[in-house]
Amino acid sequence: MAVLVIADRDGDTVRDTTHKTVTAALKLSGDVDVLVIGQGSRAAADAAAKIARVRKVLLAESDALSHQLAEAVEATVLALADGYDAVLAPATTDGKNYMPRIAAKLDVAPISDIVEVVSNDTFTRPIYAGNALETIQTADAKKVITVRPTAFDAAGEGGSASVEAVAGADAGKAAFVSEEMVKSDRPELGAAKIVVSGGRALGSAEEFHAVMDPLADKLGAAVGASRAAVDAGYAPNDYQVGQTGKVVAPGLYIAIGISGAIQHLAGMKDSKIIVAINKDPDAPIFQVADFGWVADYKTAVPELMTALG
Amino acid sequence: MKVLVPVKRVIDYNVKARVKADQTGVDLANVKMSMNPFDEIAVEEAVRLKEGKEHHAAGTADEIVVVSIGVQQAQETIRTALAMGADRGLLIQSDTDLEPLAVAKLLKAVVDEEKPDLILMGKQSIDGDNNAVGQMLAALLDWPQATFAGKLVIEGGKATVTREVDGGLQTLAATLPAVVTVDLRLNTPRYASLPNIMKAKKKEIAMKAVADYGVDTAPRLTVQKVTEPPKRSAGVKVTDAADLVAKLKTAGVL
Ligand SMILES: Cc1cc2nc3c(=O)[nH]c(=O)nc-3n(C[C@H](O)[C@H](O)[C@H](O)COP(=O)(O)OP(=O)(O)OC[C@H]3O[C@@H](n4cnc5c(N)ncnc54)[C@H](O)[C@@H]3O)c2cc1C
Ligand SMILES: Nc1ncnc2c1ncn2[C@@H]1O[C@H](COP(=O)(O)O)[C@@H](O)[C@H]1O
Repeated sequence: MAVLVIADRDGDTVRDTTHKTVTAALKLSGDVDVLVIGQGSRAAADAAAKIARVRKVLLAESDALSHQLAEAVEATVLALADGYDAVLAPATTDGKNYMPRIAAKLDVAPISDIVEVVSNDTFTRPIYAGNALETIQTADAKKVITVRPTAFDAAGEGGSASVEAVAGADAGKAAFVSEEMVKSDRPELGAAKIVVSGGRALGSAEEFHAVMDPLADKLGAAVGASRAAVDAGYAPNDYQVGQTGKVVAPGLYIAIGISGAIQHLAGMKDSKIIVAINKDPDAPIFQVADFGWVADYKTAVPELMTALG
Repeated sequence: MKVLVPVKRVIDYNVKARVKADQTGVDLANVKMSMNPFDEIAVEEAVRLKEGKEHHAAGTADEIVVVSIGVQQAQETIRTALAMGADRGLLIQSDTDLEPLAVAKLLKAVVDEEKPDLILMGKQSIDGDNNAVGQMLAALLDWPQATFAGKLVIEGGKATVTREVDGGLQTLAATLPAVVTVDLRLNTPRYASLPNIMKAKKKEIAMKAVADYGVDTAPRLTVQKVTEPPKRSAGVKVTDAADLVAKLKTAGVL
């Protein structure tokens, strides 16, 4: 049984979501290859080749792949699929975008967002906003799976796999127009050890940044937000933590002015330590918080800044 | 332009799902059910395409067909979409919950009959959290897809879609016919007015059975068990910052 992992490329390297997906893949097979896609990805492929226990890195280059266009990724992977019993990708927005497409073409049931590999054909995944975990067995010979990165440890470095070029498909009937990426020097939400998240209580974009940014900088943290804060335009869409946003599991998660709706909890309840600052003592967030502070954030956050020194 | 909107009847988003004691699934008896919230957003956008609301030219859409695959009561879900402004409905009855692959195959059969120019659907159903059917349908049809839409512009035979992705926003132009799956920020769905609810009662809902489509809907997955995730319990309250910082240091996270 051989497994293909589609890498999550980040410029000249690959994100640790790739390493975590490799860990999940190694539970299925010792023969794990990594596919790195996108024009000018040679350096990223070399980085992937250093992941411990990876057998081989495949490098597929085309402009369409640089933008992760689903039709191009699908065609590229389909051309390789014969050689593999399973294809895995991290459950990022890219993985979620192209993996079901690949599954449909292979006539297999995709398995989304696994948090555990029980055996070769059996996996556990959250459903109902994480209020239940289902363990499912697939009858498909080929498996197409997305992996929740926070549920797996990152594979180490120290590998020396070879890099082999494969054909990269061109764009299909959807063309890239433009992108607007949020620039930040802070750690990425999914990878940060500390996350500070703000909710509707912050009241405006100016206030959100005035309160959250200095705290994040002091803690070396990433900034997240509730849906309400994103919908209201206080924070970019990419900050949303939850059932339908990002899933995070940092060592420390600090929720500020967030009520704790189930959809929000779905994205952060696996954090090691949860702190909640909320002026309503009955806010549901306190039911999952290790440390709850019933306070107005307007006084609590400055106090916290001082106490952190 | 004809728009097809697949809608699913799911547990209401305000209800906390409870796992059955025998671990066979989630208890849905006497639980409030509603239209999947993302599908409401898809219906709303289709209606705006017809009305010419926001940046859409009036009459961009001229017919909106809503389809649901599910139990008899999914008629109510379709009726809700009709009250929001969709023109007619189709229920493909199924007493078992079908997997995304089977749903996508049935929807493909519907598309082959209806020949829509655009399929607008939710990015994810909030029960199974699969986030799969739209992409699978696009693949089976060999149509382009634009998922997680936060903005949609229909112009010159193309759907220009701004997508909510990790890291920010990506804009794609997909040649119609295409599948667009919608995200939370696309619009805020309307509440149907009483007159529109009354009007919707007269709109047609065609009834079909899964068998009418002759597609393979055999399950590929067996649910071995459904369990409750480990519970977190409430910890302690702190009353000042010094106390909190001390506790975080003890916990080893600072
Ligand atoms: C389909 C669907 C998907 C969703 N997906 C997500 C998701 O992925 N992520 C997500 O977060 N939500 C999601 N939601 C939304 C979710 O249901 C809640 O509406 C949202 O999380 C609420 O955000 P909030 O806690 O910031 O706002 P609110 O619920 O309004 O809470 C604000 C909190 O701030 C407190 N507060 C007010 N003023 C102060 C102050 N001065 N100091 C301290 N505290 C104060 C209040 O006591 C309150 O508890 C989804 C909903 C649906 C229907
Ligand atoms: N049984 C169904 N009937 C109609 N549409 C469905 C059904 N299941 C899923 N869908 C559509 O597919 C989208 C994505 O669902 P899923 O892939 O299950 O998360 C939903 O938002 C609906 O638009």
